[in-house]
Amino acid sequence: MSRFPLNRIINTQTVALAGVLLLNWILFPGFFKIEWQDGRLFGSLIDVLNRGAPVAILAGGMTGVIATKGVDLSVGAVMAVAGAVAATMVDAGHSTAAAVAGALAAGLLCGIWNGVLVALLDIQPIIATLVLMVAGRGIAQLITEGSIVTFSDPALIYIGTGSFLGLPMPVVIAFLLMLLATLAVRRTAIGLFIEAVGVNRSAATLAGIRSRLLLIVVYSLCGLCAAIAGIIVAAYIHGADANNAGLWLELDAILAAVIGGTSLLGGRFSIPMAVVGALIIQAMNTGILVSGYPPEFNLVVKAGIITLILMIQSPFATMVLAWFGRGEKRSLRCTAACARSWQQSPSSSSPMRRPSCSFRRCFPRVSWAIS
Amino acid sequence: MTILKRLALAAGIATALSSSALAADMTVGFSQIGSESGWRAAETSVTKQEAEKRGVNLKFADAQQKQENQIKAIRGFIAQGVDAILVAPVVATGWESVLGEAKEANIPVVLLDRGIDGPEDLYLTSVASDQVKEGRVAGEWLVKTVGDKPCNIVELQGTVGSTPAINRKKGFEEAIAGHANFKIIRSQTGDFTRSKGKEVMEGFLKAENGGKDLCAMYAHNDDMAVGGIQAIKDAGLKPGKDILVVSIDAVPDIFKAMEAGEANATVELTPNMAGPAFDVLEAFKKDGTVPPKFIITESKLYTPADDPKGEYERRKGLGY
Repeated sequence: MSRFPLNRIINTQTVALAGVLLLNWILFPGFFKIEWQDGRLFGSLIDVLNRGAPVAILAGGMTGVIATKGVDLSVGAVMAVAGAVAATMVDAGHSTAAAVAGALAAGLLCGIWNGVLVALLDIQPIIATLVLMVAGRGIAQLITEGSIVTFSDPALIYIGTGSFLGLPMPVVIAFLLMLLATLAVRRTAIGLFIEAVGVNRSAATLAGIRSRLLLIVVYSLCGLCAAIAGIIVAAYIHGADANNAGLWLELDAILAAVIGGTSLLGGRFSIPMAVVGALIIQAMNTGILVSGYPPEFNLVVKAGIITLILMIQSPFATMVLAWFGRGEKRSLRCTAACARSWQQSPSSSSPMRRPSCSFRRCFPRVSWAIS
Repeated sequence: MTILKRLALAAGIATALSSSALAADMTVGFSQIGSESGWRAAETSVTKQEAEKRGVNLKFADAQQKQENQIKAIRGFIAQGVDAILVAPVVATGWESVLGEAKEANIPVVLLDRGIDGPEDLYLTSVASDQVKEGRVAGEWLVKTVGDKPCNIVELQGTVGSTPAINRKKGFEEAIAGHANFKIIRSQTGDFTRSKGKEVMEGFLKAENGGKDLCAMYAHNDDMAVGGIQAIKDAGLKPGKDILVVSIDAVPDIFKAMEAGEANATVELTPNMAGPAFDVLEAFKKDGTVPPKFIITESKLYTPADDPKGEYERRKGLGY
């Protein structure tokens, strides 16, 4: 039985999430209050999980893509396409299962399209996926004919607003997907393949990884994740809003992945931390709503907190912290040695008088402050 | 080259002849912004209907939210020698030169729905709604309905900084200003969308004791109200009874909610901007009647007493 990996649970991301949640609690004392109502949990914290689920799912797929040194700008538009397909299909009399399958197939197809452009045609990912980012919303508008297609199919609505064991369905879906994806990349060699392609695609190919196939698979899974998020968002409002569903969410997904420590240069990624990143973003959104600040502050507050988190994570901050950390250890050792030697032979009046215990010697990194 | 020129000339004469021969049926160019919202789609289809009803030959150009496309379309209309041009300007600035060209060609221009920054002699008239009045009508309805009871209101604002959000907030506040029992206790932006409206309302309900102390929800558009209604239902309360719902726009789905007793009032932002525009154009063409510079459309209040089912059926085909 291995030791509980505490240092893997406590890191910049989780501390930042705890910080944002704490801030919310200070602004709104009832933030952590969770009630049992109509057979499900009800409270602001549940809202954070529930509303954060679509972005968390997007972030999961996006993390895989970014780990291969790519990016998928089309996920927001793919969400709109998937929602539009699901809504129009149930309205046309198809079964819920068929509508969901249709929407997932649409998402998968969009992902394969992106993957083919990136892997086979070697188009740069940012441009390749920009095509679908623009065209996808148009396709969604064509499907819905520009209006909001509402539906009342109870099974489809259940995906967005129902609950399982008291937890909202979107949370359950997002959690299962995260678990599945994490196991897939960390318990098999797939994660290593993705990292290898992200670090150096040519080297990975020469080493025997079928990098083209891998890229297509990664982009298709990202499209699939976007479709799942799209179905959830459509089910949440009982309708497909082609103009607004998933609008700008690709940026939230990229941000969540980056907050989660995934490198935009490829090769380093963490799906659970990307999910934590998505929750940080949503915790800020929900916090702003319950805090009662005027809406003009929303974006400024968000930008400020994000900047702070990214600054803490930046290589510069890590360097500074490590520098102080090293100094601290040395100072501790030095003062401890001084104290011991003074205990053994307390000759002079103060331990600080001893040459081996001088401030300059024990605290070399801050000695400039007294010189 | 000369053949082409001659053909063009012949075509020009032909259009000139046909337009002079049939003074009653006008050819009107309509430069629409694009399909940014359901309301805009409805405006487009109502404009086409109105044109058909009056025997107006409508040339429609979709600008896909770009001013340069609108300018191109207007230049195209001028080149085709239309009798009048309708424009729903996507932005307020940068119209002097192209509208000046229309003026030189003696083609009257009518602005629909939005105004422009520029000399007023560039256009014949503008047809638009009074957004401050829309907010005021909504507020007055609430004041009349609730009476003297204390009333805590939550407001779902439109996109921060957008003109309709500013004006609809202002009008509503004007209406409740003289009544101390009405208080807007929370106000946040729902970006005019359903999902944001629902999310914001969920937050409000948590923050205000599960919504038990709330008396009314005022949304700057119906889409946000529909989202808010779902949030109220999810919280175990009855929208329309426990919390009154008043909003603006009168899109079909709010009439569906009204029919179910979940919404109480909506103020119409009519998609029929073209009707009044065609009226003034016909009068102007006939005997040169110069209309007033600003034509304000009616801001009609709809409540469940106004046959919500019929209103829904009447509107659902318009492309909202």
